[in-house]
This record gives sequence, structure tokens and C-alpha cells, in this order.
Amino acid sequence: MIQPSDISAWRIRHKQANTSPAASCLSVAILLMSSSLCFAQPVTIHVDNFTFTPVETTVAPGTTITWVNDDDIPHTVVATDGTFKSKALDTEDQFTVTMTEPGEYVYFCSLHPRMTGKIIVKAP
Amino acid sequence: MSAQNDDSAGVTRRHTLECMLWAGTGMVWTLVGGVPGSMPLAKAAALNPSKTFSFVQISDSHVGFDKPANPDTLGTLREAVASIKTLPTKPAFFLHTGDITHLSKESQFDDADQILKELGAPVFYVPGEHDVLDDNPGQSYLARYGKGTSGAGWRSFDHEGVHFIGCVNVVDLKAGGLGNLGADQIAWLAADLKPLSSSTPIVVFAHIPLWSIYPEWGWGTEDSARVLDLLKRFGSVTVLNGHIHQVMQKVEGAVTFHTARSTAFPQPAPGTAASPGPMKVPPGLLRTFLGITDVTFQRGEDRLAVVDHTLAGEGTSK
Ligand SMILES: [Cu+2]
Repeated sequence: MIQPSDISAWRIRHKQANTSPAASCLSVAILLMSSSLCFAQPVTIHVDNFTFTPVETTVAPGTTITWVNDDDIPHTVVATDGTFKSKALDTEDQFTVTMTEPGEYVYFCSLHPRMTGKIIVKAP
Repeated sequence: MSAQNDDSAGVTRRHTLECMLWAGTGMVWTLVGGVPGSMPLAKAAALNPSKTFSFVQISDSHVGFDKPANPDTLGTLREAVASIKTLPTKPAFFLHTGDITHLSKESQFDDADQILKELGAPVFYVPGEHDVLDDNPGQSYLARYGKGTSGAGWRSFDHEGVHFIGCVNVVDLKAGGLGNLGADQIAWLAADLKPLSSSTPIVVFAHIPLWSIYPEWGWGTEDSARVLDLLKRFGSVTVLNGHIHQVMQKVEGAVTFHTARSTAFPQPAPGTAASPGPMKVPPGLLRTFLGITDVTFQRGEDRLAVVDHTLAGEGTSK
């Protein structure tokens, strides 16, 4: 699945290339796609093998994020600043939050605290 | 300068007796003066019974877990209890080193209690991280097992001159960190140990290992060094943990560290899999990976015999 962060990285590289009109056109198309993803597209983070994937995600304010536990052991999703906190998620359980406030949110699994992830909320 | 070097070399020699023994089926480990060696259980049973007592460590029952690694964790817990009843020495009491349940549900605690009451002797518990998943973390656990404990459930008691300490290292864990005891518990422990003579045999039990086994998988405790510091004046210290669902042992000076098998499902040896999740084994082999730990104390010989039994009956007839 394409993540907004992947697209913005590509966009930066593309700008630097600064090439033909065709490429510029493509650039605009990707910019449009990127903003529509940021504003409308919910994001899914998979929890498997004691790892959050993707481990870091950049989203626009208002984005809904869902964690899905694909592991055969329970995990939790807890923001270190207390912004969000799931119950124990057993296999296939989900947890959803909508991120409204811009900022960087580090989160972890309170059962297996070596498992950490980060969400960056910022306007595109 | 050189004298100092000599002295530290001496300390090093005395304390470098360190060994890590990997789990093997059917092995019997006996500690004589802190030095491990294999010994048949028949010989352990032949030790003078009038001056010994034994207790049994049960761990990681995970009641409620029903995935392919073991769809019947209640059944294997029942088998563990049945196997304990066949031990040559009746245990004076039991230690459960946590993860009684898988998800801290009342029904899971009920099911575990129903089976464990068949043991017919007191059970002293410490919680695992799976036992404190309720909305108000640890309240269900403490309501059932917290009598006579402080804080998150830590406690101590004495039996026949041996001092037992149950520590809790699964609450208030910090992002990126390991197991955690916390300043309050360490202060309590310091006060608890203070009146004891250094010749008092000590047994410490906790869920997550109190020595660093594999931090990459969270198999260690952030502040365990402070506990070991408080224990270093004692001549006989046995540390019993669970959490890693396999037998591992290390001897460092007067301290013996030992982890017990789970009664529910095995976990991989450190670094041998993508994650420490449940290890699937052929159904016919599952019981060779599950088990309990029988510990015998013999007065006057500074001897704690630690014997691991699998649910397949291995460890009983070597
Ligand atoms: Cu986890």
C-alpha cells in the first residue's frame, strides 16, 4: 500500500530533477493524489511479529488511523503522551483513532514496550 | 596498583563461574553449592526427606489462549496439576510466576483457579503482563491474589528458614524499555532484606527474567541490577522467572537464575525466529516443550535442587 510519506519523498526527488513538461504533469498528478490521500484516505497500521508496520507514518490532520493485530499474541497501542490508548487487542482486533492535532506522537505496546511506532500529524 | 589488579582478578575468578544452559528435554539440573550438574531424579528423591522441603513453580498458563500452538491451554494446565501429584515429595506450596491468563478476563481467572485449587496447597502468585490487561490495570488480579501484598502485588514470606520474595516487574512499563520494578518496590525490598542475616537462603520469583537474556525481545528487567546489588551479601540466592516459555539457567557467584517452562505453549530460543511469538511444534511434541519446575531445599547442605519436568514425563525417569 502506498503511504503518503512515500509519495511526498518521491515528490521531493521529482522537484529536484526539474525536467520535461511531461514530468511536470506527472508531478502535478502526484501532488493531487497525495493531497487526496492525506485528506480522505484512512491509514492502516499492521501489527505483526511484534512490529508496527509502517513504523512511522505522516498524515494530515483529520486522518483516521486503524491498527490491526495480525499477530497470534495480544498487543496494545498506547501514546506516550496519553493522547490515545487501546485495550488489549487480541488476534484480528482493531483500534481506530482520528488524529486532529498536528504534532509527533510516539506510541508503544504496553505489554511489549520494545515495540514502538510514531505518527506525525501535519498539514500537507 | 598491582595489588588492586590482583584483587580484582581474584574477584573475577570467583565470579566468572557463569554458564548458560539451553533447554533440552529430559535434563535434570541440580545445584550443589551453586554449581550445577546433572543428576537423576531418583537420586534427588533419595536425599534425606526429613530435612528437606520442596515447592513447585508453575508459570505462563495463558488460560484463554486458543491458537494453533496449543488450542487447549486449560487441558495442559490440568495435565501439569496431575503431573505434580505424582512427584515423590509433596510440595509444601506453589509459586505461580505469572501469565495465569491470556487476557485478564474474569472467566479466564475463574477457569485457572478452578484447576489450581486442585493442588491442595497454597499458591503464591506474581502477575505477568497478561494478567494486568483490565481497564484498571491489575485490579482483577489484586482482588484475587493480592491479599498480604503491597503495591502492585509484591510480597515476601518465610518457610523453614528460607526467605521468599515475589517481585512485580510487569506494570508501568516504559516505551522502548524492558521489565520494570520501580523505585517504590526497590525501596520496599531494601527494607525487607535489611533485618536478614547473610546466611539466610533467598528465593526471588518474578515474571520477567531478572537477568538480561535477550533485550531485543524484551527479555530482561531495566532495574534488576539494583535488586542484585541488594542481594549480593547473601550466600545462597535462587532467582526463578517465567515469561520466556523455556528453561534457561545461569549461575553467577552465589546467585542462580532459572526460568521455567510454560504450561501453555513454547517460545523460540533467543534470536531464532522473527519474533518471540508462540512457537508451533508438531502436536505430538508439544508436551516435551511444556512443564513445571520442582525445587527442593535441603538444610545444612546449601543445596537447592532445581528439577524441570516436561508434561511428556521427561525429567522423571532419567
Ligand atoms: Cu505487544
